[in-house]
Amino acid sequence: MLEEIIIAGFGGQGVMSMGQLIAYAGMLEGKGVSWLPSYGPEQRGGTANCAVVVSDEPVGSPLVTNPSTAIVLNNPSFEKFEPLVRPGGILMINSSLVTRASNRSDIEIIELTATDMAADLGNAKVANMILLGAFIELTKVVSCDSIIESLKKVLSEEKHHLIEVNKQALNKGLSLVKTA
Amino acid sequence: MGKVLMKGNEVIAEAAVQAGCKYFFGYPITPQSELVAYMARRLPEVGGLFLQAESEIAAINMVYGAAGTGVRVMTSSSSPGFSLKQEGISYLVGSELPAVVVNIVRGGPGLGNIQPAQSDYFQVTKGGGHGDYNIPVLAPASLQEIVELTNEAFDIADRYRTPVILMGDGMLGQMMEPVEFGERTHSELPEKNWATTGTRGDGPRRIITSLELNAQSLETRNAALQKKFARIKENEVRYETYQTDDADYIMVAFGTVARITMNAISKARQEGIKVGLIRPISLWPFPEKPFLETRDVVKGYISVEMSAGQMVEDVRLAVNGHAEVDFYGRTGGVVPTQEEIYQKILSVAGGSRYEHENSF
Repeated sequence: MLEEIIIAGFGGQGVMSMGQLIAYAGMLEGKGVSWLPSYGPEQRGGTANCAVVVSDEPVGSPLVTNPSTAIVLNNPSFEKFEPLVRPGGILMINSSLVTRASNRSDIEIIELTATDMAADLGNAKVANMILLGAFIELTKVVSCDSIIESLKKVLSEEKHHLIEVNKQALNKGLSLVKTA
Repeated sequence: MGKVLMKGNEVIAEAAVQAGCKYFFGYPITPQSELVAYMARRLPEVGGLFLQAESEIAAINMVYGAAGTGVRVMTSSSSPGFSLKQEGISYLVGSELPAVVVNIVRGGPGLGNIQPAQSDYFQVTKGGGHGDYNIPVLAPASLQEIVELTNEAFDIADRYRTPVILMGDGMLGQMMEPVEFGERTHSELPEKNWATTGTRGDGPRRIITSLELNAQSLETRNAALQKKFARIKENEVRYETYQTDDADYIMVAFGTVARITMNAISKARQEGIKVGLIRPISLWPFPEKPFLETRDVVKGYISVEMSAGQMVEDVRLAVNGHAEVDFYGRTGGVVPTQEEIYQKILSVAGGSRYEHENSF
């Protein structure tokens, strides 16, 4: 198994932490993982993105040019990464904010109104977790349990009350692609 | 402790602390600022001292002062800041003081940008400051290797009384990978009987200086330094080879670029092109042995770098005309992709095959 993932959105949408959670969960499962952030000046106001590699082997290149999955949370990220998803790969779109539609037929396209659904859950910030839930259900890269375990380790004690809403968001995303 | 997920910059800092480094003088600069921040938090926990200096120049001179007392000390920066440290590094060499200096290289020249680069290769391997000198340079390719090489860097510094450079690029500094801090290996090191900690009247005065006004004396001193550099060349060469045994072509790359190159090699191997890799871990001393062993067997070498072509000069010196040496590089903070490197392999390996087929 070799998953090369790019997650992109505005700074503040939680794209970096999504990537870290996948990497952390992969590490807990004994897999080879790497997490590489974009750290250019584009993070201010533009898109931020990170590349995550999860593999059964030790990770070679941490750099991802043609992702097996791209998760895009806003329009600029869609523009940038939609063309780069490798044939047969997955493009996950936060269609609450992304207004463009992909006309690629060689990839699987998942559109979720993640920001709206997160607001319905009472916290718009967990849109990333809805997408993450759907992503792990689709690809089985890491288990939901490992993600929750990682959340406990990544979040500081005083933020542990947020674990519940994050769990709900994960499960929401998971159920959406299960029934689809 | 088990595996932890950390950023490369933080791994360098933690590994340094575990190697017994208790003093850090630095100045923040992207893409290595996490290292400075980590030290600011961590060193007080171990009874050490963190000081943010007013500039990189001040920081390297504080390192000089601390090193003179025999403690383990480190500073870190990225390209423009590292350039500022050159005078101080030359003084450390001239005064024979051990210290570890980290350079997390970014795009240049000038202020450049904050993206990954390897274009300080000349600067770190060929001197960098004024005077005749070389400094051991270690270039890790993974975060786990950082742990090992940071420890080694401090040992080499103490063993030879020399500054040692740990060089990475912005990508290595910013990325996260699982690392494990195992038991540290302790090597036997000479006693620091030169440190200026006060003689209390029980011995001769100890003076640390690089000043030597008499030309003959300074030449003698240079001769001793050159002898030391020769010993380092003899004992401190580090490299790794990958699939070179049956290779027709050998790639040469260090740091993160070596990892991207390895992916390109796997792809080329799937297409039946026999390619291997020499990964210099010590950039100075440059590993000549793997080239001497292969240069009469392989068809050629391809050096891949995030520079306009710097290490390739050392490759050419080591190959010394025995085989073709080709180059692929990206500059300005652009990271070469595995596809680009693969295409380069095709153009070199495929190209000569094409010529061969057409020679009938």
